[in-house]
Amino acid sequence: MNSILSQVGIDNYIFLAVILFCIGVFGVLYRRNAIIVFMSIEIMLNAVNLLFVAFSTYHQDAQGQVFVFFSMAVAAAEVAVGLAILVSVFRNLGSIDVANLKNLKG
Amino acid sequence: MDTNLALVLLLAPFIGFLINIFFGKTLGKNVAGIIGTLSVVVSFAITILFFLQINQNGQPISLFLFDWIQISNFKVDFGFLLDQLSLLWLLFVTGIGSLIHLYSISYMHEDVNMHKFFAYLNLFVFFMITLVMGSNLLVMFIGWEGVGLCSYLLIGFWYKNQDYNDAAKKAFIMNRIGDLGLLIGIFILGNLFATLDYTTLKTAISTATNLDLYWISIAALCLFIGACGKSAQIPLYTWLPDAMAGPTPVSALIHAATMVTAGIFMITRLNFIFDLTPFIQNIIAIIGAITALVAATIGLVQNDIKKVLAYSTVSQLGLMFLALGLGAYEVAVFHVITHAFFKACLFLGSGSVIHALHGEQDMRKMGGLKKVMPITFMTMLVSSLAIAGIFPFAGFWSKDEILMVAFEHNIALWIIGSIASIMTAFYMFRLMYLTFYKEFRGTAEQKHHLHESPSLITIPLIVLGVLATIGGLINLPGNNWLQHYLSPLFSKAEHEAHAFGIIEYTLMGIATIGAILGIVIAYIKYIKQNSIPSEDSQITGFSKVLYHKYYVDEAYNAIFVNPINVLSRFFRDHLETSLSNLVFGLGAITNALGFQGKKLQNGSIGFYLFAFVLGLTAIVSYLFLAQ
Repeated sequence: MNSILSQVGIDNYIFLAVILFCIGVFGVLYRRNAIIVFMSIEIMLNAVNLLFVAFSTYHQDAQGQVFVFFSMAVAAAEVAVGLAILVSVFRNLGSIDVANLKNLKG
Repeated sequence: MDTNLALVLLLAPFIGFLINIFFGKTLGKNVAGIIGTLSVVVSFAITILFFLQINQNGQPISLFLFDWIQISNFKVDFGFLLDQLSLLWLLFVTGIGSLIHLYSISYMHEDVNMHKFFAYLNLFVFFMITLVMGSNLLVMFIGWEGVGLCSYLLIGFWYKNQDYNDAAKKAFIMNRIGDLGLLIGIFILGNLFATLDYTTLKTAISTATNLDLYWISIAALCLFIGACGKSAQIPLYTWLPDAMAGPTPVSALIHAATMVTAGIFMITRLNFIFDLTPFIQNIIAIIGAITALVAATIGLVQNDIKKVLAYSTVSQLGLMFLALGLGAYEVAVFHVITHAFFKACLFLGSGSVIHALHGEQDMRKMGGLKKVMPITFMTMLVSSLAIAGIFPFAGFWSKDEILMVAFEHNIALWIIGSIASIMTAFYMFRLMYLTFYKEFRGTAEQKHHLHESPSLITIPLIVLGVLATIGGLINLPGNNWLQHYLSPLFSKAEHEAHAFGIIEYTLMGIATIGAILGIVIAYIKYIKQNSIPSEDSQITGFSKVLYHKYYVDEAYNAIFVNPINVLSRFFRDHLETSLSNLVFGLGAITNALGFQGKKLQNGSIGFYLFAFVLGLTAIVSYLFLAQ
């Protein structure tokens, strides 16, 4: 199998995906700027997408790649909605610091 | 054509009910009364048409409206049957109903809810017609329940008086006990024969080879319990005297002439079943005889004019059941009809008296009304003679036939029946003497206002008085029109007309002498000795027992009502409290948990994300470790 996968090896893909995912998680947990949080979520999403594609090739099965298309389409929609919400939050609160979003307190 | 006419006959009172209940108030009292009366008169007119037709060709008309219930091979139609029996019943239900509606226009005129009264009366007539016309037991049951409902509504018509409400509830509940019996009887019959239609049932029984007599007997007994409830027989009779709380026209129509005869109608209708079970027939005869006697003894000492008539009704119904139990259905029907005439007349007459005295019902405060109320007096006298069984009034013929049948079967039953008849004569003339003779014993105020009732009241009285006089003509010995007319209903061969021999004349003589004896005793006691029944507190000895109706109500209260009340109170105070504590406790636990859980929602997005990641990590580690 003369492809990038055979040259790099599946385990490296997995390591990369895990590292990306962890970066995303820590970004979500530590950063307070909502846009950065948002970007971190996207990183997590892409880590998973990467894993999908890698395993798809590894198994010689196109299903995973098809799934990634869906995932990206949904992510695009999600970004649109999320950014709109952030704009609205900024208009109302004057900042996009997630620590200020206390209105959900029960 | 027949179908349409029959539907009009059935629905006219119902339409009257609808108009009166929805628009009665705006239409005004007179219009409501006229609509109510007219709707019943229409039914009466159509009934006469059908009656003349069947009297000529003897062909029953059966109407099929639609399939009602169909479960595998069990099928119930919604249909009606106009045969000899149902037309006869319709004739006096709608006929007397019309008269009583007419009477009520005047009698209820003072009442603010007059339109409601007519609505209920119309509804009653509608249900009574359903009961009588139904072609199977289930349609009859609709009517049976409906008349019970109307009876309840009308007994409690003056609902602001708590006693009247209690009387209404008592009537309804006691009827429910009987209704349960009826329902079980219907179920058993349906189970045995897979049909409830009268004609099919009759054919099924006459062609069946091996009948399950055990279950048929139980069914017959259950049906009889139903009849006991509706027709006020021992042990379910105590509601009827209390039912006199209703307005007097109601007492006359429902609790004397029509509804209480439903039990007799049902047994006559199902005579082919009761004929199979001689044991149950004996029970019916014995209960009828005992009821006749017991109710008559209570009637001897009552002072409320309507209570006397109520016990007299129970007693007469007992005589009818005696005849039913002896298999003499046509005799029972004969007495039902004559009784409807004279008892309706007596009740309406007593209503006229009560009307004149502005609601006074105690006979000790009446007297001397003969001169001021001549028409009421004459009609009531005629009816009293009829119920006492004096020749040639209607009651003489019918009661005499019952006693004669009793004599043929069992001399003890004859003796009981005769004693009851003598007592009937006594208490009826006690009522007449106390009400109409001697001096007036009420207040001067009442005396000043004494008057004969208006013609709307007296006309029905006169018509019924005439019927009470000549009603016996329908089944004179030797002529026996009624017996021939009803003969298609009965499976056994028609009795050969009584050969009128020395025994029959002797029995007639004895009955007449007994009746006269009763009247003479009443005359001596209340006219010669001029005695007036003593005050409630001064009644002693056995008459005190009688005055308190053998303490049956008290006994029922002690045996059934109070234990149930105690049980209900126990359930309310203990069971219900603990159950509701349990439910409330569960609620409190949920509430407390929620209160604690609320703290998790602290509004910090950082915390939420932390919890989310923690959970995710936990799940992932679990999945790893689980492998």
